[in-house]
Amino acid sequence: MSGPATFGDYGSMNSKISAVSVSKTYGSGDRKVVAIGDVSLEVPDGQFLSIVGPSGCGKSTFLRILAGLEVHTAGHIEIMREREDVPLLNVVFQEQSAFPWFTVRQNVGYGLRMRGMPPAEIKEKVDYWIAAVGLTDFEQSYPHQLSGGMKQRVSIARALANDPEVLLMDEPFAALDALTKTVLQDELLSLWEQNRKTVVYVTHSLDEAVTLSDRIAVMSARPGRIRQIFEVPFERRRDAHEIKKDPRYGELVEMIWSILHEEVVTTTKVQ
Amino acid sequence: MSMPEPSNPKRIVLTPSAKEQKRNQLDPSNPVLLLSPALILIVWELVAQLGLIDVRFFPAPSTVAHTFWQEVKSGMWFYHVRMTLMRVLVGFTVGAFAGILAGVIMGLSSFVRVAVYPLIAAIYPVPKVAIFPLVLLILGIGEASKITTVIASCFFFLAISAMSGVLNIPNVYKDVGKNFGASRAAFITTIALPAAMPAIFSGLRLALGAAFLVDVSIEFVSAQEGIGWLIWHSWELFSLPLMFVGLLTVSFLGLLLTFSLDFVEEKLVPWRT
Repeated sequence: MSGPATFGDYGSMNSKISAVSVSKTYGSGDRKVVAIGDVSLEVPDGQFLSIVGPSGCGKSTFLRILAGLEVHTAGHIEIMREREDVPLLNVVFQEQSAFPWFTVRQNVGYGLRMRGMPPAEIKEKVDYWIAAVGLTDFEQSYPHQLSGGMKQRVSIARALANDPEVLLMDEPFAALDALTKTVLQDELLSLWEQNRKTVVYVTHSLDEAVTLSDRIAVMSARPGRIRQIFEVPFERRRDAHEIKKDPRYGELVEMIWSILHEEVVTTTKVQ
Repeated sequence: MSMPEPSNPKRIVLTPSAKEQKRNQLDPSNPVLLLSPALILIVWELVAQLGLIDVRFFPAPSTVAHTFWQEVKSGMWFYHVRMTLMRVLVGFTVGAFAGILAGVIMGLSSFVRVAVYPLIAAIYPVPKVAIFPLVLLILGIGEASKITTVIASCFFFLAISAMSGVLNIPNVYKDVGKNFGASRAAFITTIALPAAMPAIFSGLRLALGAAFLVDVSIEFVSAQEGIGWLIWHSWELFSLPLMFVGLLTVSFLGLLLTFSLDFVEEKLVPWRT
């Protein structure tokens, strides 16, 4: 087991995830669509990496391939498995992935039940994670009784309770209103800084990416490739509001934005 | 053309009254629910007593009530109700369970679906009463042929609704199951069945109506007991009060079973808003 990662020197460490020339095409012949073309990416152990890109660039597809929910058509992916007692990866999906027929408790404990963990142990972990995401008063509620933000807390708690080696997050806050989004980002930031799992986080919000990540991979328009990778210069533990006052924050957002803008404009001209 | 006169501004206050908040709720304790049946009975009684309608065809509610009471006293009413309920409930239960089983399997396995669905789709639209003579030839006059026909009428509703329930599981739930390592068996019990529940209950509602329809029709032609027989027999006797007793009994039983189904649904599908 590796200790907490020291940020900045990951180049010398083994990568947790290593993707080489991964691509995915749908269909064949004239109807062939290249969803992602040639993505190469290294994610060091314990790093929070965000992938941003124009819509339709295949960033979610890449995440689904990592999760084993879709199969790439070419390329090579390696994920380092260090522990046999915990799952390798779990996904926090976009909104509405909490099972409507389970209560908050049953949803959060779902992965643990599937692993056949003893009920007493499940109870302990579920209690802890429900409290950690602030849903203790709603543990017997069904998702339809919760707000959008609370449903997303359920999904996050369900993934974290399962204690995977890698956490994959697919635009988890995309469907939420701006205020709820900010609150959940802050909470995710502090939860993550406590246990520092390897995270791959797909988003189209540059603010979100800069606030949360150690590194940001910017994808090109379809067929997606990695255009550029940025280091986020802010120390851990971060204060989401303080870093916004730092001039480097705006510069970073501006740099990434200009690349994305260029990507979008170029593709629209071609079409 | 002159400009329209400016009207005096008025403050409009929008507050929902308790009445408006309750408007869409079918609360069983709400006395308004009894309003329309009560009104019909009162008007009916009045026009019958006043001789405004032909009581040979529309006997006054008081006459029907009297006949009903005599049937209850003699025990015949309970006997007929018991026979009809037995046929409907046994047929409905067996047909529904078999249909749910078949529907869930068709939903889960595309092989079974492709193999069986054409057959189901071909038999489904055939009125099940129409196959009763055939069933009668095979199983003979008795309970087996009647119940089998009721089973057949329920089976298809559930097979089709359970199948579409399983087929329409949102992909994200399948992804969650896969990502959290749900086995095939766990997928069925924790995802496929609960997800199909609302569709299954829609099917149960349709099947319950069909079970009554088919059973009463069968009792018309091939029974010596049951509410269907009572209605048919009262036609033969030209006893209109008795016929109304039969019709109201069917309606009452249907209502009772539908409410029971609502109650079971509330217990089994608590997540449905």
